[in-house]
Amino acid sequence: MEITLDHYLAVAAVLFVIGLMGVIMRRNLLIIYMSLEMMLQAANLTFVAFSRFFNYPAAASKFYDPADGQVFVFFVITVAAAEVAVGLALIVALYRLKETTQVQNLTTLKF
Amino acid sequence: MYLADASPIPPGISWFLLLAPLAATVAILLHLHRKPEMAMFASVGSAALCFLIALVVSFDNVPPPAAWTWIAFPGSDSAPGLNIEIGMILDPLAKGMLLIVTGVGLLVHIFSIGYMAHDPGRGRFFGGLSIFMFSMTGIVVATNLIEMFLFWEGVGFSSYLLIGFWYTRDSAAAAANKAFVCNRLADFGFMIGILTFWKMMGTLSVEPDKLAQCYYKNVLPSVHNILGNGQLPNLFAHVGSVEHMGGVIYGQPALLTFMVLGLFAGCVGKSAMFPFHVWLPDAMEGPTPVSALIHAATMVAAGVYMLCRVYPLLILSDFGMDVIAFIGCLTACGAALIAVQQNDIKRILAYSTLSQLGYMVMAVGCRGPAAAMFHLSTHAFFKALLFLAAGSVIHALHEEQDIWKMGGLFKKIPLTAWTFLIGFLALSGFPLLSGFFSKDLILAFAYTHHPFYFWVGSFTAFLTAFYMTRLFVVAFFGPPRTPAAEHPHESPAVMTAPLVILAVFSVVAGWSFGGYGIGNYYHLWAINQLNATGQLLPTGKYIALPELPGFYGWVPSMLVIAGGLTSLWLYWDRSTDPLNIRILAQKFYFDEIYDRSLVGGQQRAANLLSWLDSWILEGLIIRGAAYVTVGIGELLRLFQTGSLQAYAFILSLGGAVVIYLTLFTH
Repeated sequence: MEITLDHYLAVAAVLFVIGLMGVIMRRNLLIIYMSLEMMLQAANLTFVAFSRFFNYPAAASKFYDPADGQVFVFFVITVAAAEVAVGLALIVALYRLKETTQVQNLTTLKF
Repeated sequence: MYLADASPIPPGISWFLLLAPLAATVAILLHLHRKPEMAMFASVGSAALCFLIALVVSFDNVPPPAAWTWIAFPGSDSAPGLNIEIGMILDPLAKGMLLIVTGVGLLVHIFSIGYMAHDPGRGRFFGGLSIFMFSMTGIVVATNLIEMFLFWEGVGFSSYLLIGFWYTRDSAAAAANKAFVCNRLADFGFMIGILTFWKMMGTLSVEPDKLAQCYYKNVLPSVHNILGNGQLPNLFAHVGSVEHMGGVIYGQPALLTFMVLGLFAGCVGKSAMFPFHVWLPDAMEGPTPVSALIHAATMVAAGVYMLCRVYPLLILSDFGMDVIAFIGCLTACGAALIAVQQNDIKRILAYSTLSQLGYMVMAVGCRGPAAAMFHLSTHAFFKALLFLAAGSVIHALHEEQDIWKMGGLFKKIPLTAWTFLIGFLALSGFPLLSGFFSKDLILAFAYTHHPFYFWVGSFTAFLTAFYMTRLFVVAFFGPPRTPAAEHPHESPAVMTAPLVILAVFSVVAGWSFGGYGIGNYYHLWAINQLNATGQLLPTGKYIALPELPGFYGWVPSMLVIAGGLTSLWLYWDRSTDPLNIRILAQKFYFDEIYDRSLVGGQQRAANLLSWLDSWILEGLIIRGAAYVTVGIGELLRLFQTGSLQAYAFILSLGGAVVIYLTLFTH
């Protein structure tokens, strides 16, 4: 069986939905965070897949370059790394304050 | 005053007529009201300067200064332009009025030095007097109706300030409000009159030569021919045809009558004609010098002055003139009747002022503006005298104003009493005093116009003599009726000197010094106006001063003496009033009627509006909108749980909806 764009996209979608479910359902902040990363990787996979399966010469133009998708992936990874650094620091600070990482106990963000 | 030579004095000096009192006002307002002596000095000094300049301008024939253009819109073929300038008219009418305003004004300022000597707020008082002088001279010299209107409101404002000078007294505050509201109401009519004037004439200027041109070249022929060929003159070109002027009433364009009535409305308010007269007696709550200057001699005469200023237009409307004469006549007689049964010395004088103002307005309506201005001048002297002398009496008796609590004052304060006597005789029209001449001239015009006005005017003269004799006899003769009346003290010289000067003028102001008296002066002015404008008048009967024929010439004087003697017979040595006419004592119930109808109706309307405001506007619309917002906010608050995952869920749901809408709804 030939692996086509649709397969990659399906995997990415599954990955994304698993991440989303994790974000919505899991109670531990660290797990939520990991799920969030998973969603980002789903997006990365989509970028790479589109980049790979574009008909290179036909699609190239003044505005698009199929390599753009791969470049985006690097951006996403970089931003995600920075985000992790900040986010983990916040989580540590939050833990020091509240002594918990369970989100059901962290509901002060309301009016 | 008719010197032909050009004066070496620069015309710009006339501006100081306005600038001097204005500067005094500003200085007092900014700083000097804390220093009463300095305020007094500034105010009296500015009044003296004004009087000096008025003398120079009048007797040295100084030409008016160049006008300063304030607003200028060019006109077109279909619409008149608007050109408002701040300028000065210095024609004989304005000069005569200026001399009276500044002269009587100066005397009242000087009198006030003594009268207000013990009042802590006298800095403020003199500030009010100065702003009044500024506004009043402004009215007199105004070249156009807008300029006049500005100063017109200015005198209303200063009148408000000074009536309410003792603002801690409720009655003074209420009287100030009443005066202001009455004047505002009437000024609304005046404004309509001014706008109509502008629409019809295409200009707002009331300069005599311009009015004369309009009148002679354009208006008069048309008014006489208007029914002949239905054509309107050039002057009214922008109005359209006679149909556009509301048709014809009394044989003249209705809009013209409308304009005359509008302008007269201004006079009705300021000169306190029926039915707006109610504010003037209440205005006596102010200090007595204010009553003398503003509410007797000058400001209330501004309405009469304004009528004389626009007189060439007034006489184009027969209906308007009839209304003016009738209202004047009604006020003259009605106010005199009320005065018969009043007990407050100032109120009697106030109703007497109303009555005399009615005389002047009646004179204008009877085609005698010269007589009106003549009477205005003599009245300014003797009425200012009477008020100041009354002030001196009140001062002597420590603020006692009820004539039944006086008595026996004649020998104790002789100077005040003698000057009061002169004022009283002059006002009554006792032969050979000033009031005699001016009143007879008015009655002569009235007789020429219609005998009805003559008879009502003569009856009013009878009443005037009656109530003035009553006032004089009760207040100055008989036994002292209260302890205060037993030991009065004569006022200081700073107060009696103005009385003496005014008394001299009250005697001689009516005399004709070989053709140079005040009466001749205004007659000359009126003749000049008629010469410039009135060639088309039907007859020459107004060119010579009218005289009462034979028997009629004796009627007014006989009635005056009869009135005086009747009153003397009734009131000599009485301690209570033998007459008790309730309807007169209650002033024909005007205040009550107004309270019930106008004030009550206004209250009810105000309550309704207040209800609408608090329930519909504020309740339903403003608070309603706020409550709807709050309710929506409360609802949305339910979604804000603080749970991170709920937010994430809602966010993803939103994303799903967006994706669905984007992909599947095209």
